Amino acid sequence: MKNKNLYNYILGIADNSLILGQRLGELCGHGPTLETDIACTNVSLDLFGQVRSYFQYAAKIADDGRTEDDIAMLRKEREYLNVLLVEQPNTNFAYTIGRQFLFDVYHLAFLTELEKSKDLTLSAIAKKSIKEVRYHERFSSDWVKRLGDGTEESKTKMQEAINDLWTYTDELFHQTEADKAMVKEGIGVDVTKLKEDYYENVSELLEESTLEVPESKYFQKGGKKGIHTEHMGYLLAELQYMQRAYPNMEW
Amino acid sequence: MSEEQIKNLEEQFEARIARDEKIEPKDWMPEKYRQTHIRQMSQHAHSEIVGMLPEGNWITRAPSLRRKVALLAKVQDEAGHGLYLYSATETLGISRDEMYEQLHTGKAKYSSIFNYPTVTWADMGAIGWLVDGAAIINQVPLCNTSYGPYARAMIRVCKEESFHQRQGYEIMIKLANGTPEQKEMAQDALNRWWWPSLMMLGPTDAESIHTEQSMKWKLKRKSNDDLRQQFIDQTVPQADLIGLTIPDPDLKWNEERGSYDFGEIDWDEFWQVVKGHGPMNKERMKARVGAWEEGEWVRDAAMAHAEKKQNRKEKEAV
Amino acid sequence: MSTKNWPLWEIFIRSKNGLEHRHSGSLHAADAEMALENARDVYTRRNEGVSIWVVESKNITASNPENNGEMFEPAQDKVYRHPTFYDLPDEVKHM
Repeated sequence: MKNKNLYNYILGIADNSLILGQRLGELCGHGPTLETDIACTNVSLDLFGQVRSYFQYAAKIADDGRTEDDIAMLRKEREYLNVLLVEQPNTNFAYTIGRQFLFDVYHLAFLTELEKSKDLTLSAIAKKSIKEVRYHERFSSDWVKRLGDGTEESKTKMQEAINDLWTYTDELFHQTEADKAMVKEGIGVDVTKLKEDYYENVSELLEESTLEVPESKYFQKGGKKGIHTEHMGYLLAELQYMQRAYPNMEW
Repeated sequence: MSEEQIKNLEEQFEARIARDEKIEPKDWMPEKYRQTHIRQMSQHAHSEIVGMLPEGNWITRAPSLRRKVALLAKVQDEAGHGLYLYSATETLGISRDEMYEQLHTGKAKYSSIFNYPTVTWADMGAIGWLVDGAAIINQVPLCNTSYGPYARAMIRVCKEESFHQRQGYEIMIKLANGTPEQKEMAQDALNRWWWPSLMMLGPTDAESIHTEQSMKWKLKRKSNDDLRQQFIDQTVPQADLIGLTIPDPDLKWNEERGSYDFGEIDWDEFWQVVKGHGPMNKERMKARVGAWEEGEWVRDAAMAHAEKKQNRKEKEAV
Repeated sequence: MSTKNWPLWEIFIRSKNGLEHRHSGSLHAADAEMALENARDVYTRRNEGVSIWVVESKNITASNPENNGEMFEPAQDKVYRHPTFYDLPDEVKHM
């Protein structure tokens, strides 16, 4: 492949949306109210929309006959480059909201920078996605506030979710080889520069939600290099089921 | 009110419906009208949200991204339709929680078809094509029903559902034109969903208890048997077109009637599923009750938060 | 059972074509902000609107249909409020 770095860079972005969209899709029909069900599905649909744009672009760059679906569904687990945060399961609604919130704050900041990319396709995708993600961030922040500053029970649950998911936040700001190369070319976003604002924004919202900002300094990483948590294999088993069981068919 | 007065009111009421006037929530209505509408509308709403489950079962496994977003959007619409219908029913003086309670305790029914399992991807095609097809036949006349909020909800539902059946049929087309294995998958799905889809249009006229009253109130425009015939007549050519075979050896065109004759429906199976002994009745209820119970702390938290916010606002105002 | 259920809200949406806000339906939400967000997700999925109003249902005061006679019928015979009441010669156009 001529432009391996760009290709990998796109996968790194797209896989986050793919895996998070998949997680949200699991919930459709099982939410706490019909209204929240519809809202979470909207977020999922936005993410899958982004995924399709990214993978269609990646397929064009790869130029080896693979389609968006081949890229989305026919890689090995070690070849998925999403951060560990987005693959964490829907343990309960607090985890779903916590995961969404911790990702949305990052995602919005990231896309705001990506819009300035020299790569016009990425810039255009970012421009369209920002509006969607701004709403996601509003939705998840509002829910963190509701659950954090709601009942004793909800506060405990929300705090527990934030504590557990916190360990996956640092990885958002790690640079891969593809990242570094793309930053150099003016295409990619220097994620290290997003870190300070991120923790400031997240902490502020947590405090407003009467939650404690976790103090743990021990962080997990690996997703960006394709080393995932044990949850990932099962998620992929479902995502890839049809393509694996019935190879080379059109649907 | 004396009996005479009530009788008078009822006559006026029936006359209004006969004149095609809409009945609105605050209008006087006979208690039976209210109860019948609560029963039918909530049952309709329950069917929408229980109906999310068999299709929701395949969202994570959809074979392509295009199919995945279409299916997600469709299942989401069903949540929306449930919501419209619950809201419309609430205008009759029952809360959504009370309706859920009736569903969860088995007091309220929902469409039996959703008690069948979705075992292959082709079932997504069959459900969209057949189940939504039958549903549309049932629903379109309801856009003109006598109770205003129900009619308005149905107009919205029908408008949005127009893509659902196409979504399903497109899946079937693709499978029917695909590899032999895909075609077999499609045929298998048709074999399993055909008869339940026919049953979905309700018991035969001879056994249907509510029909006459429902016709008067425009809850129904055609009898179950007429609707079933309409469904068969429009669906058979669609199966022919994509080379699938309707699993009914007695099916044949009747020149004289201008309709298809068809085989005997297994009504024992129908009543068995209605009574709770279908393949998935227990699973479906477990999923609904589970979502409701697991969501309780979330709903409570949102209320508690809203109250705190309101109190803070009031304090600031002082 | 929950101690308190989410109240019911009425949703009004203005579409792009410049017409007034119209009643779209109702939904449940814990507070006004949530009602707005839910309305966005439930009632504008197909690009139906550019503005949303939400009103808690209990705050709506509705006329009583029993009073429809005195409320609305007196307007029926005030035909002079309509242009067709006035006779003009055919030669006069555009008035």
